[in-house]
Amino acid sequence: MMTVGSGDDRGDFENRLKAARTKQGLDSEPVEQSAGGNGSSLMSVGLRAGVEMVAGLGVGAVIGWALDRWLHTSPVMLSLFVLMGGAAGVVNVWRMLTPKPKRMDV
Amino acid sequence: MAAAEPSIDALGQFKLDTALGALGASVNFTNSNFMMLVAGGLILALLYFGMRPKAIIPGRLQALAEIAYDGIYSMCHEQIGHEGRAYFPFIFTLFFFVMFGNLLGLLPFTFTYTSHIAVTFGLALIVIVVATVVALRIHGWKFFTYFFPEGAPKALAPIIIPVEVISYLSRPISLSIRLCANMVAGHVMFEVFASFIVMMAASSMLGHFGIVAAIGPMALNVILMGFELLVAFLQAYVFAILTCIYLHDAVHLH
Repeated sequence: MMTVGSGDDRGDFENRLKAARTKQGLDSEPVEQSAGGNGSSLMSVGLRAGVEMVAGLGVGAVIGWALDRWLHTSPVMLSLFVLMGGAAGVVNVWRMLTPKPKRMDV
Repeated sequence: MAAAEPSIDALGQFKLDTALGALGASVNFTNSNFMMLVAGGLILALLYFGMRPKAIIPGRLQALAEIAYDGIYSMCHEQIGHEGRAYFPFIFTLFFFVMFGNLLGLLPFTFTYTSHIAVTFGLALIVIVVATVVALRIHGWKFFTYFFPEGAPKALAPIIIPVEVISYLSRPISLSIRLCANMVAGHVMFEVFASFIVMMAASSMLGHFGIVAAIGPMALNVILMGFELLVAFLQAYVFAILTCIYLHDAVHLH
């Protein structure tokens, strides 16, 4: 028995459409973003964090060294910028590991 | 008598040499440059021959080319947003240049150009310069507010601004070191285990047992090859997605 256009049918259609869309992957469920955002293993996340910290420290040290050479303030800038660089490294790792807020502009 | 004891020369494989005989030597055309040309040629060939059938139901090669195009396109769109389409050619080129460099390096008698920090740092420098230029073009002087988050207490500016600037400048360094270190580590492990095979088989102390024992490092190298194939793809993907994230920051600030 077919009753075209009845309320029941409409609901059934919506359900079937939803099921079909899900099956085709059109209604993508929000994917849990792992740390680092690339779904990689823990080891590579650890490696990334390490590189990130060392890079921050290295850039800080180079800037401090260059400023010292320029301003002839030998240890002052280096010691200051090594601290800043370490902080920058920690900030980098922090940004890497905290989940990004949902982007509404996509 | 036996030849000199086999020893492990793990870093010899990264030595630059000239390619293409005397012509290459006269213009300093290195094996690294040669592999870059090969990679570029292969990428063009994949896209050209892959898309030539223009079939509605794609064959294998066409499917590969379409997945490659579509995958990077959606990555640009998801990570950067609507404006991301403008940077699609850039990301696509970067991803495939890095991935083919990684993959070609796994073949015997080839050279892995992505194992040199000069190459990866050059790429990372291009990325960061492009991102900065994009940010400056879109936002002008407002770009510099990027280094001081809104709502932070003014008294903290002398600390926050240098930290943010260093954090920004350390991006190309971590980007390049990550790719280079991964490639070097993988190839060094290959070399070390491969040396173990020869050393065990040739060992006079182990005798015939050495040949049986050499199966161990051999099996490890087989497993390692599978792992390195994954790393080759993953590192190219990470490089591309981080480029997208930096461009997102450049386009949207924060």
